[in-house]
Amino acid sequence: MSLLEIENLTAFYGDFQALFGISLSIDKGETVAAIGANGAGKSTFLRSITGLVQSDADKFLYKGETLKGKAACDIVGLGIAMVPEGRRLFPSLSVEENLIIGGYNQRPGNWTLERVYKMFPKLFERKDVAGTALSGGEQQMVAIGRALMSNPDVLLCDELSLGLAPIIIKDIYDALPSIKAEGISILVVEQDINQALAIADRVYCFQEGRISLSGKPDDLSKDQIAAAYFGR
Amino acid sequence: MIEWANTIIQGILTGGLYAMFATGLAIIFGVMRLVNISHGDLIVLAAFVAMVVIETTGVNPFVSMIAVLPVMFVFGYFLQRGILNYTVGDDLLPPLLVTFGLSIVIQNVLLEVFTADSQRLKAGALEIQSLQLTEGLSIGVFPLIIFVTAVVMIIGLQQLFNYTRLGRAFRATSDDAVTAQLMGINHKHIFGLAMGLALVLVGIAGVLMAIRTNFDPSIGPSRLLYAFEAVIMGGLGSLWGTLLGGIILGVAQNIGAKIDPGWQILAGHVAFLIVLVFRPNGLFPRTRDD
Repeated sequence: MSLLEIENLTAFYGDFQALFGISLSIDKGETVAAIGANGAGKSTFLRSITGLVQSDADKFLYKGETLKGKAACDIVGLGIAMVPEGRRLFPSLSVEENLIIGGYNQRPGNWTLERVYKMFPKLFERKDVAGTALSGGEQQMVAIGRALMSNPDVLLCDELSLGLAPIIIKDIYDALPSIKAEGISILVVEQDINQALAIADRVYCFQEGRISLSGKPDDLSKDQIAAAYFGR
Repeated sequence: MIEWANTIIQGILTGGLYAMFATGLAIIFGVMRLVNISHGDLIVLAAFVAMVVIETTGVNPFVSMIAVLPVMFVFGYFLQRGILNYTVGDDLLPPLLVTFGLSIVIQNVLLEVFTADSQRLKAGALEIQSLQLTEGLSIGVFPLIIFVTAVVMIIGLQQLFNYTRLGRAFRATSDDAVTAQLMGINHKHIFGLAMGLALVLVGIAGVLMAIRTNFDPSIGPSRLLYAFEAVIMGGLGSLWGTLLGGIILGVAQNIGAKIDPGWQILAGHVAFLIVLVFRPNGLFPRTRDD
């Protein structure tokens, strides 16, 4: 049984249908990438899983239990944490407070402030600074650390590379294998195809609210991916 | 000279009461971005709740707070969850209109139940006791109690907001209620707790006000105005700014009254305008953009 199992998920913004019959599964310890152009529905899909966007599905199971109708604030307590697009740190909280509030639900687990600081030593040096005073890359580290502080089983990462310099993106992505090694499943939404293919066990390509292609990175040709990504 | 010193000291102590009115308003706006037009009427409501408790049980006004404060907390929590949570959002207008309506409802219910008669809570000898500082200069014990209570209130709130789990949740929800949900924070519950907390402060302010001055169902809006002026002069960046705003208002009113008794209220409003001319964002403005 998959950790997260979704079949035929649809989502709407008012009258506008953003997702059409998305089916996707994630196994324990697996890294899955959702790629696609801007507006393809990747972020909406993540927001549907976290309950921030209302959705419907034939099957919407996490550890065998349905997520349908669950409030966003309850879903993180079940073990699904999200690193939102644009980091979205809390401006009036320091770096350390931003991390601490990630563990607000007090879900038991191994992640502590010390472990996050060990993973991202730069954050310890600036722990008392306002989170939003950091560079973009450091903010992304806080956002990842904040999500880990909830001791998740599934980590949803929305556009980790957005607005960051390539060398910083490498630093951020270098942290993901050690998170995966903890047995945490990772679902990465990414426009940067190469970055996503490099870390993913499986890839789903989104196009106009539908999944246009899925498979293991090694089994997919560049032409297939380009066609699924750009709709050619 | 001693008379002017006396005027200023009395003004500072009066400022403590205004700061007390204002802290609840500042918290409601700070956490929920909700401008509560009914704030003054809630202060008056708390005074009437205290009056009922005192008439029913015979306790003194200070002891009545044991009943008044939980009642105000529960009322605030359910007011927020039952009505005001449906109005908060990007648009400031809906909560403004709803709390304006609430203000009218509270005033009229109080008028219906308690009539327009002026009331006062009696705290015995404490009301007239004073401490002599120097020859010709003394301060009232009760105004001093109010001022010290305001300072303790602000220190307590700062501790709560800066060093507790709930305080972090208040600040995070105030910053970004959507992302706060991703942390497992139920923003609707947090808003309810913030309103409950604000009404506890309102309860303390209402009881102390009712000991110090006469009250009737119609005086809420002027209390709201004092609270607004103190908060805006303070600048929303710090609760100490709110205290300073209250003090400026109190001192200005007392100086105005000293010059001519008819100028008391006007002098406070003029001081408010002068502060805004020189510091349009208040004395301690917010350092971040929202």
